[in-house]
Amino acid sequence: MRLTLFLAAALLPAAALAQPPASVAAPTPERQKEIVHLVRQDCGSCHGMNFGGGLGPSLKPEALRDKPVESLVATIYGGRPGTPMPPWHRFLSESEAEWVVERLLQGFPAE
Amino acid sequence: MRKILALLSVVLLSACATQPQVRGTGDLGLVIERASGHVTLIDTSKRAPYARIAGLGDLSHASAVYSRDGRYAYIFGRDGGLTKIDLLEARIVKRVIQSGNAIGGSISQDGRIVVAQNYTPGGIKAFDADTLELLSEVPAEYAPGKFAKVVGLADLTGNRFGYALFEGGEIRITDFSDPRRPTTQRFPAGNQPYDGLVTPDGRHYMAGLFGEDGIALLDTWKPEAGARKILEKYGRGEEKLPVFKMPHLRGWAVAQGKAYLPAIGRHEVLVVDTDNWREVGRIKLRGQPVFVMARPDGRQIWVNYAFPDNSWVEVIDTLTGQVVQSLQPGKAILHMEFTPRGEHVWLSARDDNKVLIYDTGSFAKVGEFAAQAPSGIFFTSRANRTGF
Repeated sequence: MRLTLFLAAALLPAAALAQPPASVAAPTPERQKEIVHLVRQDCGSCHGMNFGGGLGPSLKPEALRDKPVESLVATIYGGRPGTPMPPWHRFLSESEAEWVVERLLQGFPAE
Repeated sequence: MRKILALLSVVLLSACATQPQVRGTGDLGLVIERASGHVTLIDTSKRAPYARIAGLGDLSHASAVYSRDGRYAYIFGRDGGLTKIDLLEARIVKRVIQSGNAIGGSISQDGRIVVAQNYTPGGIKAFDADTLELLSEVPAEYAPGKFAKVVGLADLTGNRFGYALFEGGEIRITDFSDPRRPTTQRFPAGNQPYDGLVTPDGRHYMAGLFGEDGIALLDTWKPEAGARKILEKYGRGEEKLPVFKMPHLRGWAVAQGKAYLPAIGRHEVLVVDTDNWREVGRIKLRGQPVFVMARPDGRQIWVNYAFPDNSWVEVIDTLTGQVVQSLQPGKAILHMEFTPRGEHVWLSARDDNKVLIYDTGSFAKVGEFAAQAPSGIFFTSRANRTGF
C-alpha cells in the first residue's frame, strides 16, 4: 500500500500536486448508477429532480459554489438538525457523499 | 368522380379524427410521468391508457385538479407550469408558467378559480379556470420582506382556500369571493407546517407540523376561535427517526368518524376521533408513512412508505384497526388512487416503469400497463370532492 502511494506520488506531475486536495476515489460504475438514481429520485423529492429546489434548497452548482465542500458533505452524511434534511449515512459512505458533492458542483449526471 | 370521392373520404376521416367521441368523463383520469414531462390519460373502465401528452415541463413534483365537468385537468408542475388539458380531445388547451417553483394547486367550490401554491416566490395565485388569466395573488409574506413556502392548499366553501406557511408557522384562509380583491386571515399554527388538508365536509383545516409533534387544527366555521393543536407531543420526547420523504395530507385521511394521520419521524399512523379530536389509537407500520388513504367507503386505509421502504404497501382494516395485508407490488410505489367507488386501487411503481391495478377486496392484481417513471395518479372523481 505504502509502495503504491509512493509510486503514485512519484508519478504525479508537479502541476497536479498544486491542485486542491485530490478527488475521492470514484465509486464503481455500477455503484455510481445507483447513487445517481438515489440522488435524482430520492433527494429530488425535496430538492427537485433537476435540483432547482423544493421544500429543500436548490442543489444547482451556482447555489452550492460558495459553500464549503466539507459542510456540504457533512450535511448529506449527518443531516441538518432543525430542518427536514435527514442523515443519509445508512445509504452513502462519507466518500460517496463527497463524490455526490463534487458531481453536484460540476452539474449532476443524468440517469 | 373517383377523385372527388377519395377527397371526400379524406375530409370525412379527418373530421372524425378531430371530433371527440361522445362520452362521459366519470371514468377517466391521468398518470404523471415525472421524468419526461408527459401525462398518460387513462380509462378506469377499460383499465388502460388511451392517450399520452408531452410538453408539460418539469413534473418531478406534480399534482392535478379537475374542472367540475371532469373534462379538463389543471396540472401544476415543479417548474411553476400550470397546464390545462382536455381529457376528451387529449390535448393541451393552455399552458402558462406562473412561478419559479410550485408545489400544487386547488380549484374553487364553484369551479371558476384555479389557485396555484408556490414555493418561489412564496405565495398563492388565482387564475380564471377558463382562460388561465391571472386574477390576483397573495404573497406569503409572514414578516416584513420575508416570504414563506406555501404548503397544504385546500379548497373551502365560499371560494375560500386554506393553506399554511412552512417558514411562517401560520395557517391562512384567503377568500376569493371577489377574485380580484382577495382577503386573507392569518392564524398562528406551530413550527414548520409541511402539508395540510381539509376534512371532506369542508369544515376543519389541519396542518401537519414537521418542527414539533402535533397537528394544527382550525375550525373554518369558527375561524375567530383560532387554530389549536391536537396530537401534541405524540412522540413522547423520543428521538425522531429520519424522514426520507415528507408525508402528504389530503381529505382522504378521514374515514368512519376518525382521521388517520401519518406521524412524522415515527413508523405509525395516529388515529383521532373527529368529534372531539382526541387520539384514540396508533397503528404500528413498517416505515415512515407518506400517503395514508382511506378507500372511498372508509373500510380500508392504504399506506405507502418513504424511501427505503417504498416497495411496500400495507392495508389497515378500520373495523379492527389492524394491518390486514402487506403487499410488495413493485419498486418505488409513489402514489395510490382509488376508483370512484373503491373496488380497485391504482399504484404507480416508479422504478418498474409500471402502473399496477389491484382489487381492494381480494388484493389480487387485476391489471398493469407501462408508464415512464409514473408518480401521481389522478381520477376525475376528484372533481366532485372537497379538498381534492
